[in-house]
Amino acid sequence: MIKNITNLGDAAVYCDFGNQIDQETNLNVIKYFKNLKELKIEGITNLTPSYNKLIVSFEPSVTNYEKLKNKIIDLKLHNKENQNSKLIKIPICIDEEFSLDIKRLTKELKMKYDQIYNSFFDKEYYCYMTGFIAGMPFLGDTRENIRLNRLETPRVKVPKGSIGITEQFCNIYTYESPGGWNIIGNTPVKIFDKSNQENPALINPGDRVTFYKISKQEYQKYNE
Amino acid sequence: MSKNYFEILRPGINSTFQDLGRFNQHHIGIPMSGAMDKRNYLIGNKLVGNNNNISAIEFAYQGPLLKLQSTKVICAVTGNVNFKILRANSKIEEGECYKTFELNAGDQIDVISTNKSVYGYFFINGGFEIESFWKSFSINTMAQIGPNDGTKFSLNQKLFIKNKESKFHKKRIEYLNSKIEFIRVLRGTNFNYFSEEGTNNFFNKEFTVSKLTDRMGMRIEGPKIENIVETNIKSEGLIKGVIQVPGDGNPIIMLSDYGTVGGYPKIAVVISADHDRLTQLTPGSKIKFKLVELNEAENLYKLYEIETKNILNQIR
Repeated sequence: MIKNITNLGDAAVYCDFGNQIDQETNLNVIKYFKNLKELKIEGITNLTPSYNKLIVSFEPSVTNYEKLKNKIIDLKLHNKENQNSKLIKIPICIDEEFSLDIKRLTKELKMKYDQIYNSFFDKEYYCYMTGFIAGMPFLGDTRENIRLNRLETPRVKVPKGSIGITEQFCNIYTYESPGGWNIIGNTPVKIFDKSNQENPALINPGDRVTFYKISKQEYQKYNE
Repeated sequence: MSKNYFEILRPGINSTFQDLGRFNQHHIGIPMSGAMDKRNYLIGNKLVGNNNNISAIEFAYQGPLLKLQSTKVICAVTGNVNFKILRANSKIEEGECYKTFELNAGDQIDVISTNKSVYGYFFINGGFEIESFWKSFSINTMAQIGPNDGTKFSLNQKLFIKNKESKFHKKRIEYLNSKIEFIRVLRGTNFNYFSEEGTNNFFNKEFTVSKLTDRMGMRIEGPKIENIVETNIKSEGLIKGVIQVPGDGNPIIMLSDYGTVGGYPKIAVVISADHDRLTQLTPGSKIKFKLVELNEAENLYKLYEIETKNILNQIR
């Protein structure tokens, strides 16, 4: 399952699950993540699952690379890869105020406005990971006809709530932040709620997500 | 809430509460944060008689001007810091780092600047009256979590302090913040993405710390490091010390408030023993990298730990 284990510096174990970016590989990453999390191994300071990697950071005065590597290799996995997976429905407003890149996308993809959004909405997405900024979900896979690269020059500020697409992925900006994804709408939903300390991220790795369209009026009234 | 507080007469450039950091939240996108210079953090808390979990005020370049209201408190400053104590009776005293001092009602501490370094720390016995967030008192201004609503200090704010009566003990140590000549690194997981000339440049040429440096990361400038494979990778986890090289060839070193995932190839990772001194490098500083192997890095960290313990044991 883990294809290769190496060290990332002197304070992390780098577990590589292969080059494939797909749900099967990612579910393996999540399985290891959940099992390791439950074991609460002494010295581990963080677990960072991503598409096809799991990084296990540790305090080097408590444990070391060799010891942890062996523990990971010998890990007895419980079959709990996706027990708590949820389906989450996210409203999006695609008013031109929010869909910052849609005009350029119609040209670049040589598609009509409606075709792009039909392709986007007509799909259930899978959450590969959350990160970069607090609670930002990396979702996939978008339909092949709407895949394109990042902006050549990233924006200094992407508005909070923005929905971005790039390559086969889609994400939601949980905070205003720099970013280079193509923005096609905005959600009024609080994706990361720090007041919910137990479960601050609405969308977690392994969850499934669908999007639906709301009007600008509904958007404005959403949090009232 | 206690009635004793510091009033912020000047917040300083980037003043926050920091402790040893926030653990086990990477999977939702929250980095470790915590004191940039861990050793100076530990020394200060030991001086004022606190345990390691009581948060300090961390400041960068220019620190805060604080006025104490209505009690007395035992304090210390660590780092390489110029500061003054302005007594209520208008007497001005030159501040001395690594030495406890007492502030009384109406006294002010003016943290003027960090000297040839970036970060300094201010400690009070008993600590501040603040709430932890995910078991840490560190402020993460990017995610806006931690005490003070996750924001840096602002003018006229009050910093309430815990009312802990304790007798003043004069404590001091001699400590010199040594400069770093070489930043020692291990090979990164994408080391072979770079041309031989690129990696030769990385290890043999000099780099300059750029102005684009903060608690999240440090950008450095120098010879171009040529990527011959792919300038983007699929986003994956990051930790403090990772050196990513984006398409423009200018490396970025991740510091305590790093983004938890990143998509640029990793050429190297700074060894843990060098983190404190790395974070103290001011923009314009010249640095060189030196390659070490894992067992060397592990031994160097053991040495760093022993050194830290020895310093802390001198404080009684």
